[in-house]
Amino acid sequence: MSLGPAVEGWFTTGPEPRLLGSRCTTCATTYFPPVASSDGAAFCRNPTCDGDEFEVAELSRRGTVWSYTDAQYQPPAPYVARTDPYEPFALAAVELDEGLTVLGQVADGYGVKDLHVGAEVELVVEPLDGELLIWRWKPVTELGEEADQ
Amino acid sequence: MSEVAVLGVGMHPWGKWGRPFTEYGVVAARAALDDAGIDWSQVDLVVGGETVRNGYAGYVAGATFAQALGWNGARVATSYAACATGAQALDTARARILAGLSEVALVVGADTTPKGFLAPNAGERWDDPDWLRFRLLGMTNPAYFALYARRRMDLYGATPEDFAAVKVKNARHGLENPNARYRKEVSVSDVLESAVVSDPLHLLDICATSDGAAAVVVASTEFARKLGLADPVRINAVSTVTPTFPNTILDMPSLSTDASTGGAPELTFKESIAHAAYEEAGIGPEDVGLAEVYDLSTALELDWMEDLALCGRGEAESLLRAGETTIGGRIPVNPSGGLACFGEAVPAQALAQVCEVTWQLRGQATGRQVEGARVGITANQGLFGHGSSVLLSR
Repeated sequence: MSLGPAVEGWFTTGPEPRLLGSRCTTCATTYFPPVASSDGAAFCRNPTCDGDEFEVAELSRRGTVWSYTDAQYQPPAPYVARTDPYEPFALAAVELDEGLTVLGQVADGYGVKDLHVGAEVELVVEPLDGELLIWRWKPVTELGEEADQ
Repeated sequence: MSEVAVLGVGMHPWGKWGRPFTEYGVVAARAALDDAGIDWSQVDLVVGGETVRNGYAGYVAGATFAQALGWNGARVATSYAACATGAQALDTARARILAGLSEVALVVGADTTPKGFLAPNAGERWDDPDWLRFRLLGMTNPAYFALYARRRMDLYGATPEDFAAVKVKNARHGLENPNARYRKEVSVSDVLESAVVSDPLHLLDICATSDGAAAVVVASTEFARKLGLADPVRINAVSTVTPTFPNTILDMPSLSTDASTGGAPELTFKESIAHAAYEEAGIGPEDVGLAEVYDLSTALELDWMEDLALCGRGEAESLLRAGETTIGGRIPVNPSGGLACFGEAVPAQALAQVCEVTWQLRGQATGRQVEGARVGITANQGLFGHGSSVLLSR
């Protein structure tokens, strides 16, 4: 079974996946999610820039945790639970070198106990449900650290 | 002169009544008109706060309330600004009064809410960020509140016990409030033993959604004088500012922030909401005697104290622990009981804050009175760059 990205053009799915932002070709401001659908017009949201052309910007694979939490109750639709009964998952907001903070679920197998503000995480791509892939943040464990825990 | 007078305020009690929103709105409106001592026929402007839940956006709310009260030929306007809806409606009324285009305005917000998590509109809405955050991430409102709470813990040493102490305080404040939905003492262990919704927040850290309505009658200071009101509560400022680019703090329902490269603005969005109110009023945080802030979660109340410059960044817990934010303390926060005791009725909530500050400044807040308060401020923030702060004085 081959799963496709939840939203086309928001991230790559190779062994080293990356989020795909939009960089304004006039002022170089980077946006995520990307600013326009393939057929629509897009306008730079920097109030001092009237740019309307963008290039695809691959964002940093690693970032630092701005904050984190989890969802211990099943979120309402349109969220689709992957398991029955529902299993909680963690969420993190991650600061990237590009200056953006990007939300994501935390990779399978990790919870709030594996995170702290300022911790380093890495982008991975995992199944969101039976049909779609989604980006996730995975804690980066330094060599030797795991053995201490 | 940029002040308008508050002639009257009124509410329909918060709860889960299962009745149409119009009914709540009319009860609140009549209470406010009674409180003002004026007749409905004297009102020349009606402004309604709406939500999408009330079908055709509250049948375009201002007109629905006007018809329910009996068409009187008044001008009409309607506002939607998420949690800031009521304040934006109030600002519309204030602007027409200050421009001399209207003399007496009735501002009404009313809501009837579903149980459980607030959810986005139905359907496949892949271009709607409010839908996408649920579909792609399962990111609920409490999950956003929890991110802010966790930062307070990791950055400033806040504890779950601190958050619980906010709930304990607000539950006690609201005990005697006849419009509050929850009027029961809560202990720290009640909060900590309630289920965790989104770590570190427990069920009792997070506000419910409620039915309710609030109404405010405002008029020119000249009209107030003609009524014989020598010393009415005055609205000194209504701030409804939008964020300044780049908005680098993650806001509900966004999946990301703006990029901070090029430098973040001096004030965060929430700080700028309060700052604009202080600037407009020419009154500073040191003059504020009480604050009604949007405690969607217990931890958010602590954030708001700092956003309102009532204390420095990271200092809210020490004020809380010292009892300074309790009635009788230096700067009581949420003397009404706040959202902890009310639950959120979105288009009514910002007006409910104004009602409470009005009662406090008049010395009519029976059982929860902040003694000697002359200046009160409100604050809230909602989806999509909306937020507001109203500053009142007497």
